[in-house]
Amino acid sequence: MLRGGFGGDFARYFDRIIGPAIGTTVRILIVTMILGFLFGFLMSVFLILYHPQGLRPDKKKYRVVNFLANLIRSFPIIILIVAISPLTRMIVGTTIGEKAAILPLTIAATPFIAKIFENCYLEVDRQLIEAARSFGACDLQIVFGVMVKESVPSMVSGMTLASISYLAATTLAGAVGAGGIGAVALNYGYQSFNDIVLYSSVLILLVMVQIIQMTGDLIYKKTIKSNSKRRANE
Amino acid sequence: MQMITIKNLCKKYDEKMVLSDINIEIEKGEIYGLIGRSGVGKSTLLRCINGLEGFDGGELCVDGTDITKLKDREMREFRKGIGMIFQQFSLLKRLTVFENIALPMKMWKYPKEQIAARVTELLELVGLEEKADAYPEELSGGQKQRVAIARALTMEPQILLCDEATSALDPQTAKSIIQLLVNINKELGITIIVVTHQMSVVKSCCERIALMEDGRIAVSGGVEEVFMEQSEPLARLMGQKELALPKHGTTLKIVLSGRNSEEPVISMIARELGIDIRILGGEMELFRGKTIGTIVLNVDEKDCGKVLDFLEKKEIKWFRIPDTDGKKADGTESVRKGTEEEREGVLC
Repeated sequence: MLRGGFGGDFARYFDRIIGPAIGTTVRILIVTMILGFLFGFLMSVFLILYHPQGLRPDKKKYRVVNFLANLIRSFPIIILIVAISPLTRMIVGTTIGEKAAILPLTIAATPFIAKIFENCYLEVDRQLIEAARSFGACDLQIVFGVMVKESVPSMVSGMTLASISYLAATTLAGAVGAGGIGAVALNYGYQSFNDIVLYSSVLILLVMVQIIQMTGDLIYKKTIKSNSKRRANE
Repeated sequence: MQMITIKNLCKKYDEKMVLSDINIEIEKGEIYGLIGRSGVGKSTLLRCINGLEGFDGGELCVDGTDITKLKDREMREFRKGIGMIFQQFSLLKRLTVFENIALPMKMWKYPKEQIAARVTELLELVGLEEKADAYPEELSGGQKQRVAIARALTMEPQILLCDEATSALDPQTAKSIIQLLVNINKELGITIIVVTHQMSVVKSCCERIALMEDGRIAVSGGVEEVFMEQSEPLARLMGQKELALPKHGTTLKIVLSGRNSEEPVISMIARELGIDIRILGGEMELFRGKTIGTIVLNVDEKDCGKVLDFLEKKEIKWFRIPDTDGKKADGTESVRKGTEEEREGVLC
């Protein structure tokens, strides 16, 4: 193995420290986004059903869930992680490592995604909902068959936004024991005065953000339906 | 036979009455027009008919069903029998024309083959066979409205509600959509209720109309009758303009319809009575193929009696138009000038 010199150091750091950390970050992010999407979606359906301008307006039910969503969203992520650590220990058994990070991140991502989706649904033309009502669709059919269906492109954009926000959140989680690229940048980079590690971590995060954004844009374009687009694909 | 019976219906938002004392009977198979300015409650009334809006008092029966008594599930079943189209077409952007039309049947879980057969049939009816795989974005406004009409007809409704269905379309396209509605009415016997602020729409397709003002029905009846009456609410709706009246003589407005409309009434008056007449304005309009004409004329004070006798004899409706100094006579306060066609650009 080469000693000294940037290339040699980088290869060594990458192999032992940065490489595995990338894996950790990607795993945390993917699992958080999948769970956040599922719970967030359910929460968004609940919100839109009982929203004052929703399908079955119910102030009480909406207020309870909306308050909960706002409460969680008002925590800075790093505070949320330490604040709910007793709960994390109870459920996961530990407060450090990948698995321990996923729980608080999912809890934070759920209302974040739910509110994004709720806004997407609210953007759907009211007349479209009336039209669906007029041919006898029930509330859930309207939610899934009309509101969600029409919102898919904006939901994709929302998920891209959420993924990038929560990539940042995983690095914060790294500061309090989650591991991953954020922990590497802080512990091996910043605190060890090792600029190579610090800035290569930054570079890696930058690349990850670009990949997420590009993937998101690609999916977004696929969800926009029109024949001019389709002809271009043929 | 009555299709829709509305008795003393009223509705309020908070404390404001938006509909009060509405009484309408709509016959099976007719085209009924609800006309009025924006915000007078005509769309709200339309939405009461298929239960999209509730109301606070009165009765509303559709085909013998009292809709206030319907439970959630029954209401959905009930709505299957009523199609509805909107000003902004209300199509799903991310579904093709075919999928849009199929949507109601899909939601009612019909078998695929049946849906395909029905959609094909409807595409043919509205003349969009080639557009089955297009997305709404690629269609013109008129085509979008045709898709919406097809979708409204998928469940084979008995009633079709049209909420300002032609208001977002250019005059020519609006005309073709109205023609399509008239054909649907004739061929399928569907009762159609048209809500509009465009006089041209009711003139070209409605048999009977109700003119709404401030949540009430101001005038109602056969479309010709309503126009023959030249009532104040009608004048207000159509917009009125001061006529430049001559300083002398009496100004009359005569309304010609049916047999009268084809007679050379003015020259008959002049020749038979041996008097001179000033013609201030006039127009002929078509109402579902029937002509109604209005002519504003001015005669000397001394000849007025003779002219009126002549008009009475001929059974021609007339209204005296008050002088410019505001002296009010019977009939309307003022006469509208400038035809509806000029204002809206729709020729019927």
